[in-house]
Amino acid sequence: MDKFLGSCVTKKLVMAIAGLFLILFLLVHLGINFLLLIDDPVPFNSAAHFMSNNVVVKVFEIFLIAGFLIHIIWGIILQVQNWLARPARYKKTAFSQTSFFSKYMIYLGIIIGVFLFIHFMNFYFVKLGWVEGDHENFYGMVNDLFQLPLYIVIYLVSFLFLAFHLHHAFQSAFQTLGLNHNKYTPVIKGIGLIYSIVVPLGFSIIPIVIYFFK
Amino acid sequence: MKLTLKIWRQKNADAKGKFVTYDFDGASPDMSFLEMLDALNTKLIKARIDPVAFDHDCREGICGACGMYINGHPHGPGKAITTCHLSMREFKDGDTIYVEPWRAKAFPVVKDLIVDRTAFDKIQIAGGFISTNVGSAPDSHALPVEKSKADEAFNSAVCIGCGACVAACKNASAMLFVSAKIAQFALLPQGRIEAKERVQAMVKKMDELGFGNCSNTGACEAECPKEISLVNIARLNREFYCAKVSP
Amino acid sequence: MTKLDAKIPEGPLAEKWAKYKASAKLVNPANKKKLDVIVVGTGLAGAGAASSLGELGYQVKNFCYQDTPRRAHSVAAQGGINATKNYKNDGDSIYRLFYDMIKGGDYRSREANVYRAAEVSNDVIDHFTAMGVPFARDYGGNLDNRSFGGVQVSRTFYAKGQTGQQCLLGTYSSLNRQISQGTVTMYPRREMLELVIIDGKTRGIITRNLITGEIERHSAHAVVLATGGYGTIYYLSTLAVNSNPSAAWKAHKKGAFFANPSFIQIHPTSIPQLNEYQSKLTLMSESLRNDGRIWVPKKKDDKRVANEIPEDERDYYLERRYPAFGNLVPRDVASRAAKERCDAGYGVGKTGLAVYLDFRDAINKQGEKAIEAKYGNLFELCRIITGINPYKDPMHIYPAGHYTMGGLWVDYNLMTTIPGLFSIGESNFSDHGANRLGASSLMQASGDGYFILPYTISNYLADDIKTPGISTDNQEFEDAEKSVKERLEKLVSINGTQTATSFHKRLGEIMWNYCGMSRNEEGLKKAKQMLKELKEEFWTDLIIPGDLNSVNQELEKAGRVADYFEVADLMVDDALNRTESCGAHYREESQTPEGEALRDDKNFSYVAAWEYTGESKPYILHKEELKFVDVEVKERSYK
Repeated sequence: MDKFLGSCVTKKLVMAIAGLFLILFLLVHLGINFLLLIDDPVPFNSAAHFMSNNVVVKVFEIFLIAGFLIHIIWGIILQVQNWLARPARYKKTAFSQTSFFSKYMIYLGIIIGVFLFIHFMNFYFVKLGWVEGDHENFYGMVNDLFQLPLYIVIYLVSFLFLAFHLHHAFQSAFQTLGLNHNKYTPVIKGIGLIYSIVVPLGFSIIPIVIYFFK
Repeated sequence: MKLTLKIWRQKNADAKGKFVTYDFDGASPDMSFLEMLDALNTKLIKARIDPVAFDHDCREGICGACGMYINGHPHGPGKAITTCHLSMREFKDGDTIYVEPWRAKAFPVVKDLIVDRTAFDKIQIAGGFISTNVGSAPDSHALPVEKSKADEAFNSAVCIGCGACVAACKNASAMLFVSAKIAQFALLPQGRIEAKERVQAMVKKMDELGFGNCSNTGACEAECPKEISLVNIARLNREFYCAKVSP
Repeated sequence: MTKLDAKIPEGPLAEKWAKYKASAKLVNPANKKKLDVIVVGTGLAGAGAASSLGELGYQVKNFCYQDTPRRAHSVAAQGGINATKNYKNDGDSIYRLFYDMIKGGDYRSREANVYRAAEVSNDVIDHFTAMGVPFARDYGGNLDNRSFGGVQVSRTFYAKGQTGQQCLLGTYSSLNRQISQGTVTMYPRREMLELVIIDGKTRGIITRNLITGEIERHSAHAVVLATGGYGTIYYLSTLAVNSNPSAAWKAHKKGAFFANPSFIQIHPTSIPQLNEYQSKLTLMSESLRNDGRIWVPKKKDDKRVANEIPEDERDYYLERRYPAFGNLVPRDVASRAAKERCDAGYGVGKTGLAVYLDFRDAINKQGEKAIEAKYGNLFELCRIITGINPYKDPMHIYPAGHYTMGGLWVDYNLMTTIPGLFSIGESNFSDHGANRLGASSLMQASGDGYFILPYTISNYLADDIKTPGISTDNQEFEDAEKSVKERLEKLVSINGTQTATSFHKRLGEIMWNYCGMSRNEEGLKKAKQMLKELKEEFWTDLIIPGDLNSVNQELEKAGRVADYFEVADLMVDDALNRTESCGAHYREESQTPEGEALRDDKNFSYVAAWEYTGESKPYILHKEELKFVDVEVKERSYK
């Protein structure tokens, strides 16, 4: 398998590039989601329509799906190898000064993955026609979903975990790319921290606004 | 000091090990951790019990022989020290102390707290050197080296090969160890010549030996007795990609 | 009495080595492949020799007791490594280094060897640099130098306080290169337990695999011992706790003469013993004496904490006794003065075996920042080990055994009195006389391993090219293995009540008290008797748990301690024989009216090489007269 996947450094590089790509995509997604805050359904629905039918976006979508799959599959492979590298565990463990969430990336990833599946069931698979629904009115669908308290709780918790995931992921990706510098790494870490708070927060505001104020 | 010691005992590589509890009264805050174990061993020997085996040699923090996982930390609590420099002042009367060997597939237990770290030698043999013939070296001043680079190379070169990075890493990855060597040579002009081959050969060997992958957690850096920096790992990554893409 | 032949080449001092190299016999590459060489030890000397010989094309087997060659005790050297590069343009030269070493060694070393060591020192630095050893550099990118050990020139190359580590790791890397090329085979976790001699030539060794307990036979056309010194004879020393002279001692008992065993350097500034379980004394760099003031209370058994003792109740004894040099007197003088005060009952600390090294005045004058910049790492080390914060309270220091100038006698070829057995680095005696100069141990070990032995061993092996690979089925191997096994079985079968370490401690105490910094006839004779009794006790009351066929660290220790009893006995004999004071060897009977060491060149200008004649039989003393042609023999004075 290593012949195909390459060394541990290569695998990590693939993981990092896919991750950074997904991080970028999150921004685009958030931008579109903000259209939900407008009372008029047209802007959001047109954006959704554009995302569904534009040829460039279609090509981009293939990369995106690949990004998700690679990030997930590579993540699992790396994690399994890591577990195998320590067959006997320690009896007593303690915390050292580390990037805290890095220890839980696989678990955070699994939770995010589960959310992603729910999310796909609700929207993406509808768009593909695999699941029944009105794919010309995503605006309405979102507003309906965000009236369900349980859904909102799942949604918010998922984004909290995404924030944890991003907190390690952002700076870690740069380290994996070989970019570590006495002067600039603190800046990258700072941006990472801001990103991991602002983006999930942005996503989280939307259901709250919709539930309470609309 | 009265202590409850829970120490991993394993007769040999093939045996099944277990924790044995020793109620030990006789430690003093002036002792080093290893001296405390010496005292315990004296007691065990007199009771005709096989003493706890552990690697140790210089007992001044430079040879890298000693190393045990004490209460959840490689080389125990305390920053930038080896086990031989760990003082019993770090513990309180009545403490329970867990003492475990390094745990990694690539570091099999030999006996009790002794592990086999020849995997590190194998990685070095794969390319951790500069191919210069004995006696044919040019005058040292024929090749000036920028002071900042020389100092940085030195900071990477202080690794003592104890294996605490592997022990600390949740993935049992050897990246910090390997990257320190890669960085030392990559920073020096005399080491640049073979830089591409070196990084590929050493990473390949590291993978073969069953170490885990780096997840940039930083436990290695936090626990390294010589405070080797994660910057080295980034440099290894960079060196590796450059080596792969260059013709 | 046999006359020892040092085989020094004829001709002027400066041309001897060049002439030797030009006329030495060579072995052609095809023949080298057929010749096996065993190197025991992987320090600078051993790993240097193994990698050089591998590079030349010999089939090398390299042994060490540690889990990896990188842990050899060369790793612990702090200060630096000397070379005569004269990069500072301060008048250094090969001759000047040679002269400093001869004088520093108190005129008890061999001129030709010392000159050669100085001569190859530059090659050593160049080679280390090429191997990627990160020596300190200046802003121009060139190598930096510092002055060390009280000499007048700056010739010491360094890598912060870890010069030994960096040099050793460089050597380890070149060893790895040879291992990767298949010329060197590494045997870690092996202890050499016997030397095998066939028809008068060294042909192999017997080792114990420290993991499996297996007794192994290894043959070769020549054997090189690079096994370091015997400083742990005092139990507490600055050496690695497992350092031992057993390999050299086995060779000695097989016929290699042992030279000047009583020459052991005691370093004045080590962290003292804190408790009875202490296993090791950590060195605090000598440089601390540049700013620290050494003192003890004027009152005996003063139990007050240091800072509560007023100025006029402090005895700055070095400044009092040696007003000209003060705290900067040479190592041996400082060590003896500390011992004198402590013996008289003025020592401090729990054990009373320590003196203060106080930075209060320096901090008041220069500020804490300046002191931190100079000694920060050492202060931190002191804090880690003792819990004392030297910025607030004075450090406790005491002398500790450090380096052995004595060792196996070798000729100019670095060959012992057994043909085919070579000894290099600290394990031989040749270059440091009665006292070693700072920063010259790394230099000599590397020079021996990289640049001298490869020539001299080839010169020897050239006559052996027709000898095919040596079989380990020879009767001599059989006998050697049998004797090793018998001895190990004897050790484990004693089944007494006392541990090897407890014997080692008591042995160390006897040696430290009677054959340490200061010696006299009465004490030495007493020590001899005490050693005899303790040795008997050892062989009747030792306990070793565990068996022979697995990891058994107690067995390892016991074997070494058993040898130490014999080494100690010879050390005492040598100290008794040498009634003069010279270098590190201070005989109280031989001092000036002011209490300084008094050398006796008329009667003792020789190397004492001792021949073993058998269990409980008297040693035979062979004298190698020392001739000084190129230096004038002077009194070593600090006034």
